[in-house]
Amino acid sequence: MTTPVISLREVSVTYPGPPPVHALVGANVAILPGEYVTVVGPSGSGKSTFLNIVGLLDEPTSGTYELNGSDTSTLTEKERTGLRGHDIGFVFQSFHLLNYRSAVENVELALLYNSTDPSRRTELALSALHQVGLDHRVNSLPNQLSGGERQRVAIARAIVGNPSVVLCDEPTGNLDSRTAKDVLDILRDLHQQGLTIIVITHDPGVAAQGRRTLRITDGHLREESA
Amino acid sequence: MSAPLARLRFNDLLREALAALISRPARSILTCLGTVLGVGTLVAILGLTSTAQSQISARFDALAATTVTIDDRHKTHPIFTPEAAQRVTTQINGVKAAGYYWPISGAPQMRARPTDPPVSRVELLASSPGLFNAIGAELASGTFYNDYHDSQQLPVALIGSIAAQRLDLPDMALRPSILINNRPYVVIGLIDQVEKLPELLNAVLIPPGTASARFEPPKTDGANAARMLISTRPGAAQQVALEAPWAISPQDLTQMAVAAPPDPRTLRESVDADLAGLLLTLAAICLFIGAVGIANTTLVAVMERVPEIGLRRSLGASRAHIFAQIVTESSLLGALGGLIGTTLGILAILAVSITQGWTPVLDPALALAAPVIGLLVGTIAGIQPSRQASRIQPTEALRR
Repeated sequence: MTTPVISLREVSVTYPGPPPVHALVGANVAILPGEYVTVVGPSGSGKSTFLNIVGLLDEPTSGTYELNGSDTSTLTEKERTGLRGHDIGFVFQSFHLLNYRSAVENVELALLYNSTDPSRRTELALSALHQVGLDHRVNSLPNQLSGGERQRVAIARAIVGNPSVVLCDEPTGNLDSRTAKDVLDILRDLHQQGLTIIVITHDPGVAAQGRRTLRITDGHLREESA
Repeated sequence: MSAPLARLRFNDLLREALAALISRPARSILTCLGTVLGVGTLVAILGLTSTAQSQISARFDALAATTVTIDDRHKTHPIFTPEAAQRVTTQINGVKAAGYYWPISGAPQMRARPTDPPVSRVELLASSPGLFNAIGAELASGTFYNDYHDSQQLPVALIGSIAAQRLDLPDMALRPSILINNRPYVVIGLIDQVEKLPELLNAVLIPPGTASARFEPPKTDGANAARMLISTRPGAAQQVALEAPWAISPQDLTQMAVAAPPDPRTLRESVDADLAGLLLTLAAICLFIGAVGIANTTLVAVMERVPEIGLRRSLGASRAHIFAQIVTESSLLGALGGLIGTTLGILAILAVSITQGWTPVLDPALALAAPVIGLLVGTIAGIQPSRQASRIQPTEALRR
């Protein structure tokens, strides 16, 4: 049996109050390598908490989270940080590119903290930009790029370190429908190349892309029947 | 499980910090302005002080530095004797020559001819033969009197070139005499150059023995007191000043007033020490303000860069990495400010030196240390903002 990339067992997150907020309640889910999963739900439902937990940005209050079959709850803050840089790629709604760095430099940033050989960084970054179809914009600054291009740079940054999973938080939230489609096409391509992708969205159109959809309502995570 | 730990190479750290600084040049320059001023003031003050001090020691009169004077403050009998002068000259290391003199009181009348009116503006001094060596006197003609003239109380005199003019002394070839209180003295020499005591050129000098026999003895203090002048080798003046009274008369130590030239070292140290201290305090305040400035702008920059910091955390940067980057940035700014400040400080020293015609003097160690001071200021100033930056939660930061 294949080891799930991500395995949550009875994961709960409670933010201390007052009043205490139960952002995630007893979540159980296993995501296998190569899956394309979308997570949907209204705002405030706990989507962001789910993302933070899976992305090792936050720790569950209770329950276990296994990444690639290893329990993450025993890790120190430093180890979790290392694992994050190594195994997880993030794509954010607002891109989070550094304005004063060119596209290729922004992508290289993802290789800065994960022990990648410095002499290979540019090569890897260029290859990632090629994967998202930005060969012609590698030296452009973010403010010279369109919104869709910026998000493609961000996707290149997320995949350049060859992570186990790419977490996308509303990746098309700041894009018009046409460029949103470009971005989704790229995600689909990456999925077809075998990448594990989790997309968090409240957009049903985006959600429809995924082969599997999880819905969060008031902290409760459940499988959406296809 | 063994997680791959996040790593950040030092080169990468430097490059990231530099890139962040270069991306906001205006802010970076403004941030390091305080350090520029602080370090610049520091360098300029220290440099100008050392320049001024070396200037003073250069001007410091080499002749004065090799002269010790001792004033006779006797209570019963005059202390300076030919024997005392002899002992000083022969028994103390570092003494080149020693002699003593005193102005003869009672306004003696001097003239070159019986028919001339007395000349009032010429001084009459009793002067031991050793004094001529001690003051570096040179004769235009004739000869100095010696110990023989002194001990035999002979009526001989030497005359300074100015005094000779004022007395309208006949040509030295004529072996002239002068009349002092109507008694004749043979003028055996004409002094036309002295290294010390230039007032001697306007004086008539007679041997102390002669003076003691014919005039009142030297007064015990005031302008008419006897004074011994000791010429020393360079650097010996301090020591000679300590020993000379013992050689002159060990039982009369309290009756002599020794004046040694100021030690050049103490002189250099005392010059403007107070002022330099004040200015250094000022420089320290500038540095402090510079540090506060860096801390403040770095903190503001950190607040503005919360999303960037969050991003870096999501990319695997640990808290330590964030701390290291921010503190490196502020250190670099401090060092840059220190470098610019050092440069400006040195330029200020040069500008002052050029306008004053001085030789600029600056300890090279200071020029090297100053940028390091800037670096330290930047580092210390960056600690608090960096701690704050390292505490930023990526979850919060990325929500923006």
